[in-house]
Amino acid sequence: MSATLSSRVTPTSASAVTDFASEASCFEIEGLSLAYDGKPALRDLTLRIPCQRVTAFIGPSGCGKSTLLRVLNRLHDLNEEVSHQGRVVLAGQDIHAPEVDVAELRRRVGMVFQTPNPFPMSIYDNVAFGVRLQGIKRKRVLDEIVEWALESAALWNEVKDRLHSSAWTLSGGQQQRLVIARTLAVQPEVLLLDEPASALDPISTLKIEELIRSLKSRLTLILVTHNMQQAARVSDYTAFLQDGELVEYAATDNLFTNPRLRRTENYITGRMN
Amino acid sequence: MSLWRRRGEGVWPWLAAGSVALSLLALLALLVLLGSRGLAHFWPAPVEVVTLESGERFAGQWVRQEHVAGDPQADALYRTGNRDLDGSYWRWVDIETIDSRQRPEDVLVMEREHWGEFLGRLVAIRESDAAAPLTLDNDEAWQALNARLERVEALREQRRQLSDEVVEPVARRLVALRNTGEVDPTQRAELIERWETARQRRAELDAALERDTLILESVEGRRLEQPLAGVLAVWRPNAMSWVDKLLHWARGVGTFLSEGPRAGNLEGGVWPAIFGTVMMVLLMSLIVTPFGVLAAIYLNEVARQGPLIRLVRIAVRNLAGVPSIVYGVFGLGVFVYGIGGQLDSWFFSERLPSPTFGTGGLLWASLTLALLTLPVVIVATEEGLARIPVQQREGALALGATRYEMLRRVVLPMAVPAMLTGVILAVARAAGEVAPLMLVGVARLAPQLPLDGEFPFLHLDNKFMHLGYHIYNIGFQGGDVERALPLVYATALLLVVVIVVLNLTAIFLRHHLRARHRALNR
Repeated sequence: MSATLSSRVTPTSASAVTDFASEASCFEIEGLSLAYDGKPALRDLTLRIPCQRVTAFIGPSGCGKSTLLRVLNRLHDLNEEVSHQGRVVLAGQDIHAPEVDVAELRRRVGMVFQTPNPFPMSIYDNVAFGVRLQGIKRKRVLDEIVEWALESAALWNEVKDRLHSSAWTLSGGQQQRLVIARTLAVQPEVLLLDEPASALDPISTLKIEELIRSLKSRLTLILVTHNMQQAARVSDYTAFLQDGELVEYAATDNLFTNPRLRRTENYITGRMN
Repeated sequence: MSLWRRRGEGVWPWLAAGSVALSLLALLALLVLLGSRGLAHFWPAPVEVVTLESGERFAGQWVRQEHVAGDPQADALYRTGNRDLDGSYWRWVDIETIDSRQRPEDVLVMEREHWGEFLGRLVAIRESDAAAPLTLDNDEAWQALNARLERVEALREQRRQLSDEVVEPVARRLVALRNTGEVDPTQRAELIERWETARQRRAELDAALERDTLILESVEGRRLEQPLAGVLAVWRPNAMSWVDKLLHWARGVGTFLSEGPRAGNLEGGVWPAIFGTVMMVLLMSLIVTPFGVLAAIYLNEVARQGPLIRLVRIAVRNLAGVPSIVYGVFGLGVFVYGIGGQLDSWFFSERLPSPTFGTGGLLWASLTLALLTLPVVIVATEEGLARIPVQQREGALALGATRYEMLRRVVLPMAVPAMLTGVILAVARAAGEVAPLMLVGVARLAPQLPLDGEFPFLHLDNKFMHLGYHIYNIGFQGGDVERALPLVYATALLLVVVIVVLNLTAIFLRHHLRARHRALNR
């Protein structure tokens, strides 16, 4: 059975805690291909991402996992050399449909990047940034949202006394949690995390992972990571990508303990190439 | 020094350090030259009474000595003043022929409105209504002179106020009334009456000013009658203490900075030129900044990057290298004759053939320099925009910002220091330009400032003075090079100071803004 064929199937989760078939879909990706300037980066991907779960994309560098993530909030629109085919459906709506407001889509599908990127303004203003874009200006409302978002990102206690100092004074891990708080403040349905802990120290990484687990009850999380232990620790489902193809997609426990394909097994046991 | 520890690296560190040292030295030499020559001009030099072997005597201030080619003896140059007595301001004497040199305390130097300085002694003071002059002994004469000079200064101040506050505004309103053509007879009569009273009062003041006449005697013994009204300042350099001299020097510098020029720009101050320079640079910055920034935003953020944009970018960078006189020619042809001429025919046709905007002026000069510095601002801003990390842009977009919101709220605030760097470079370039200004509006003498209390307050059509052009004008177009030279140095020093101050202001502003996101430079 070819890898491409297997990817058309939803995860086989005989021993998974949850039954994939009964999960509600958040994203439904059908036959998605993408090319940079004519060079294919994603090949005919079909997969379904369940709601309020953590789904991890793993795979070697250049396999297309970050590219896939950036399709989901249409960040690729900025790059004119990118062309794509196929459908990406979010809650019943094709995100590439002409009537979709891209800014609104990006509000619904938040994203956290590899390097923390707080804006050069105060902690408060960073968190309020997206909220203000929505036209909310009343201070009382802003104050509430900022506190709620920082609480949700487990940062409130560390910064509540210096909300108006520059966000650049925070440590790397704090900055990354601030960025998560900033994203949560606009109440997204999905949170895309592009290797969110790869630039952080182990303790900060642990905090981020705890945060990811705690957020699962509220929204759908999609995590791109190099770190297989991390994927195993925090995700419910894991998709393994290689050369732009979806090789295997299964409940995380299954994929790591009992991979169906040789390629997957080689990768997760470190026998690449 | 760390250079000694770099011995293993050969000669390169030394060459590099040497270049820096040489540059610093050249810069220092420039400042020292300008500073010493320019500032020494205001120091009250002692007056020597020189007796020659032939028995001839004259008074003068030592300037320098020089060897003339072919003459083994050195010649000394004295600044003798008294141009109305001996027809020249300077005197060369062969040093060998000098018998004695003294510095008597009673010799005074008198700065006058006409004929430059007088060197000599005061013999008597005559009041117009007194039959005989008061002959005075030296110290008494000095005190009487100072007292009367104070009175004259007070009268002069009153007269100036009357002129500035009554006579000239009324005259201007009368002219304006005539130009518009609608003559309201009562208003006109009232204005004329005010003018007449003011003129009468002015005549009274003039009469009071002309009361005293000084009878002066040069060292050679020639007499001279000098109306006290024409005396600007008197001092006795040989009798002055260090403190007096320092005060005199400070007053001289103050006059130079705060007053308009007199006597073919060779006396008085350069205030209109300072004001004109600063005004023009500020206007230029106001014009060039929005244009340059918007152009850079288009090139870097809006336009689709391709060969055409690359071509535009190369063209912009090359524009920065076009000689400034070319911009002057363009400004003359397009701004002055083209746009200015058109404006005149539309709005100021009643004043034609005398042009309003159809001749060089502050506005055209600022526009020309704005064009000249546009590439600098564009390039600096573009580099600033390009330096903003893509993560910052994506971070804003990922929060649901549109491209415009991303630009306005994240990218532009972060690029402000780069924009200010562009403005700093533009100011530095524009403040020192002279060549294009000569075509588009600088004047040899324009004592009226382009900014005043008269509507519309900022007179964009006025010609203006400029420190750079002032240097050129007094140094190369005046008659008396010896008199102009110290002024050239002083004005050059002032120009450097003005540019430094303008730059420091912008740098301070940039530092202030940068402090807000200092961490960007990590």
